[in-house]
Amino acid sequence: MTETISTPILEAPIAEGAHDQHMVLNMGPQHPATHGVLRLVLEVDGEIVVRLYPEIGYLHTGIEKTCEAKFYQQVVPMTDRVNYLDPLSNNLCYALAVEKLLGMEIPEKGQWLRVLLAELSRLNSHLIWLGTHAMDIGALTVFLYTFREREDILRLFEALAGQRMMTSYIRIGGVSMDPPLDFLARVQSFIRTLPEKIDEYSNLLTGNPIFRNRLKDVGYLSAADAIALGVTGPPLRASGVDIDLRRDMPYSSYEKFQFHVPTSTGCDCWARYEVRLIEMRESIKIIQQALDGMPEGSYSAVAPKIILPDREKMKTQMESLIHHFKIVTEGFAVPAGEVYQGIEAGHGQTGYYVVSDGTAKPYRVHMRYPSFATLQALETMCKGRMLADVVAVIGSIDIVLGEIDR
Amino acid sequence: MSESLNNQDLLGKQAVLAGLPDHPAVKAILAWNPEALTDAKFAFAELTLTVAASHIRGAAETVQAAGYNFFEDMTAVDWHPASPRFQLSYHILSHALKERIRLVAMVDGSEPLIDSITPIWPSANYYEREVFDLFGIRFEGHPNLRRIMLPEEWTGHPLRKDYPVEGYR
Repeated sequence: MTETISTPILEAPIAEGAHDQHMVLNMGPQHPATHGVLRLVLEVDGEIVVRLYPEIGYLHTGIEKTCEAKFYQQVVPMTDRVNYLDPLSNNLCYALAVEKLLGMEIPEKGQWLRVLLAELSRLNSHLIWLGTHAMDIGALTVFLYTFREREDILRLFEALAGQRMMTSYIRIGGVSMDPPLDFLARVQSFIRTLPEKIDEYSNLLTGNPIFRNRLKDVGYLSAADAIALGVTGPPLRASGVDIDLRRDMPYSSYEKFQFHVPTSTGCDCWARYEVRLIEMRESIKIIQQALDGMPEGSYSAVAPKIILPDREKMKTQMESLIHHFKIVTEGFAVPAGEVYQGIEAGHGQTGYYVVSDGTAKPYRVHMRYPSFATLQALETMCKGRMLADVVAVIGSIDIVLGEIDR
Repeated sequence: MSESLNNQDLLGKQAVLAGLPDHPAVKAILAWNPEALTDAKFAFAELTLTVAASHIRGAAETVQAAGYNFFEDMTAVDWHPASPRFQLSYHILSHALKERIRLVAMVDGSEPLIDSITPIWPSANYYEREVFDLFGIRFEGHPNLRRIMLPEEWTGHPLRKDYPVEGYR
């Protein structure tokens, strides 16, 4: 069993009994390798990390408090902004939680679209991880390659939702509208070429001796430590724990898809790299299945008092106009209760805990985001290692500061 | 596991004990200390076990031994002006059973205090600091209880219901 950070370095700059050559080093909050505004205070002995203390909160915007002042449907755009690299997973998790409270069934097409989009969003997140991770270590080229493909995904999102990053496309009750007519064909042509592109990244990195040496046996995290420190997602699976909520506690018809959950017993940064690369290929398989079997029918449930009516109907039919007016001005009441919905997002297990008191505004929305917990494992992974390895480890756990600070 | 669970909601301790007698978490808590369990419910296909605040660490140890090995999430809900004011919700996942339970403890509004579960799950460290920061609930036995999101000199606890959305003016 491991221990977590207990003494902030600022209060006790040098550990008691330490050699007088120890030095305290500040890294961040403005540092390109911290992937946002993360501040690390490090105590180093030469180049060896003795202690590491993360300081967070620089991006804290009080999103959970803001949610309490909004109607249920107005919270959806807030969720995009928490983890801006994986927006559709956030939308999905929140929508699933509220639908659980409402006892709402989503038509099959809506569910399959959600799966397809969640996987595209995961690809988006993993592409950014790969580009920035390689760049931190000095392989600058890969960044240009992965951002080329990420651009394709953002264009797809734009065609779908009118927005590249803050999509808010998955809504309570389904998705916001039917995708454009050529959308599925565009996704198809995108994923047809993607496996080759992943081979291309792999060619650039996997055989590269510098990249390999920077990741192999760096950032060791045993399975027991990973569980004790709350690590989820690819880093947990790279420590040999075979858990993936998509397969083990399926939501949104994931049980109808066949995919393989990659694990590794390497427990190091290299294992995390391999696991994520395979995950990208598995995501492509899921998207292919979703495209092949996309059901016919409606994309959202029939619930005129909860789901905004079609724009055309709203302009021509009295009833729809009334529903539209009521939803926008008064929201809709959600039965009292509390639910927790967990999903497997790109970075790990995301969870929304929604408490309703029976009114149109959520009484409490709590967001469990994977990076927040994973950050606690940073000290365990970096202790006793070289200072330069800290950069590799931060890249390999793939944190997003937006979701840590919320 | 899922066969023994049904979609019927079970409200109250007696209903849960009668409806889910074989649930591993219920069994473990009863075997440990039946008095500690004050309330229970099974709603929205989620099991909630309410334990007395003084027993939270023991309850956490008990469910951990029963196979609920992964601490997933922990937060508070402010029921101001009701009494007891704060509800602490712990979400614990079992990797083996593929199932999640919620442990709940209620604490009073004046000088809220509860035992820390960080000694059992080190991952609770940041979560308890967050609740301390945003709700002002103290955790006995936490190794580093200080504000995590807000600056040290901040006044008030923003997620409390009597804290205005715009902040104090």
